Amino acid sequence: MNPRDVPEGREAPVLEVREVSKIYGTGDAQVHALRGVSLTVERGDYVAIMGASGSGKSTLMNIVGCLDVPTSGTYLVDGTDVGALGDRQLAVLRNRKIGFVFQSFNLIPRMSALANVELPLAYGGLGAAARRKRALAALGQVGLGDRIHHDPNELSGGQQQRVAVARALVTAPSLLLADEPTGNLDTTSTADVLRILDRLSSSGRTIVLITHEDDVATHAKRVIRLVDGRIVEDHRKAPVDGPPPRFAVVAP
Amino acid sequence: MSALEVLRFAVRGLTANKMRSVLTTLGILIGVAAVILLVAVGEGTSRSITQNIQRLGANTLTVMQSFSGGGGGGGGGFFAGGGAAQQQGGAGPRTQAKELTIEDARALTDASAAPSVKSVSPVVSASSQAATYEGASHSIAQLVGTYPSYFEASNKPVAKGSYFYNDDVTAARKIIVIGQTVADDLFGSVDPIGKQVTITGVPFTVVGVLKPAGSSGFQDADDIAVAPLPAVQQSLTGYGPLGQIIVQAKSATAVDAAQSEITQILDQRHGITATSTADYRILNQAQLQETVSAAIGTFTVLLGAVAAISLLVGGIGITNIMLVTVTERTREIGIRKAIGAPRGAILGQFLAEATMLSLIGGLLGVAIGFIGSRFTIAGVQPVIVPTSIALALGVSVAIGLFFGSYPANRAAKLRPIEALRHE
Repeated sequence: MNPRDVPEGREAPVLEVREVSKIYGTGDAQVHALRGVSLTVERGDYVAIMGASGSGKSTLMNIVGCLDVPTSGTYLVDGTDVGALGDRQLAVLRNRKIGFVFQSFNLIPRMSALANVELPLAYGGLGAAARRKRALAALGQVGLGDRIHHDPNELSGGQQQRVAVARALVTAPSLLLADEPTGNLDTTSTADVLRILDRLSSSGRTIVLITHEDDVATHAKRVIRLVDGRIVEDHRKAPVDGPPPRFAVVAP
Repeated sequence: MSALEVLRFAVRGLTANKMRSVLTTLGILIGVAAVILLVAVGEGTSRSITQNIQRLGANTLTVMQSFSGGGGGGGGGFFAGGGAAQQQGGAGPRTQAKELTIEDARALTDASAAPSVKSVSPVVSASSQAATYEGASHSIAQLVGTYPSYFEASNKPVAKGSYFYNDDVTAARKIIVIGQTVADDLFGSVDPIGKQVTITGVPFTVVGVLKPAGSSGFQDADDIAVAPLPAVQQSLTGYGPLGQIIVQAKSATAVDAAQSEITQILDQRHGITATSTADYRILNQAQLQETVSAAIGTFTVLLGAVAAISLLVGGIGITNIMLVTVTERTREIGIRKAIGAPRGAILGQFLAEATMLSLIGGLLGVAIGFIGSRFTIAGVQPVIVPTSIALALGVSVAIGLFFGSYPANRAAKLRPIEALRHE
């Protein structure tokens, strides 16, 4: 569906994490959140990272999303070593390569849905007209074409999360990261959001999702289980190139 | 990310909390308005005082009797306070004080000994002289007996009628030139020229009316009458000493030279030596003006400094509010960074917010300053000094940039994950 994703560097994996560890605090209060995690995500994959709270899955997500830096180890996004990037390049990387969906939506208050979705494009330096067109398209994709002028506090949780998904994919990022995207949603909204993610995956978008719900994980092509900062299980349920396993079931 | 975009974000940020923005703006507004107004009041005071001094006459020196070592005595009522009086000579044993005489005045006209002197007008004055005209009476605050050169030297042009001339002085004719207040009180709407007024029983013919000089605050400069010296001496004051001698220098630059020439001549005539105290003193118009200007300048600087402090306080208010804003919106900053806002965009947004606060406050302050300066404040008509506007506006913008840069920098430097975790 989006041609930009397919041709560009098929040999380089979208995400390559090498021996990444993260230690919080110092001395006796040290907490090892990650103890040498290595992970490769190919283009078009749909990965669910599972684990109990404290297993380090959120820490991993933040590092992968370039929001946090690891204590040691390297990781590459689209073949670029993130650790070597400066502040400015990092901002560009976050803007162009990564779309982030948070558990708590994290929309900017007092800004309409449209303005929220336009924001990454504005930081990317896109002109007003092109920005609006792409933002409207992204909102249409998540089924909110009729709610574009509503402020976040005028939208339901599910709708807010769909705006957040639209904001994450409006820049056509190489990687869509979702940190417990359904954690704050009711069943209906959860189904809505998961259906959108399935559809994105089937159209070739690379998705990494964090969850602790088995039901959510069944949507992914590959499930990784983290315990105490280590990967203990890496299970593939569907081929990278194929559709996500429950796409046919959930899709209308 | 265009500059316009940054500005739009800033406006959105400011309007999100209107009350707070308004109050912060108010701080700067008051500061800027205070700077402009207080400096304008200082300038207005300075102008009105300068005008009052200039009204006394340009390039003139006033020689008056000095009765004691200190200042104070011997004034003809022209000068308020003896602060700028030039005490001639040092302290020391004084010889018998001599009074100022018509001969002294005559000696000062000597072109070879006093080349810088243009004219010399000996003056006798009598205060509170009762004048009557057909039943109307008025107490003339100051009746001056002098020579015709007095009119030019003391900057008292005639508006109606004419001056009196040297002939009139020689002949001691009882003619008189009156001030506007006297004319109004005695004659009302009647044309005073040619009419006869009686001053303490002596009839004088009015030949002219002086151009109104306006009130100098505490004393009516128009409540005056000027007559030939011998006429006044003959009928009112007697042939005593002169009240003062008004000397006009040839030009503004010759004033100091004239003063030293006068000093030399009078020292010789009065037998003043280096060790004795002079029995006269010379008031120098220019020096008086300088002294007063310096005093007023200090006064204006003081006012400006007080106002500047309030501007500074306003600036600290901006820092405070911006810090609160940054703290409050830490999460928002985190979100913006997570979706790829570069540091410059965050910095720009908060700097723009701070600068906008101070600029709006500054502009409103200028407006208030302008409006306020149209009113008379404490008896002074303020005069706006353009540089004070530029300075106040410039400073207010600089304050926005300077005081805003710390919170803005703090916002821009936040690590995204820390900002996002902030609750």
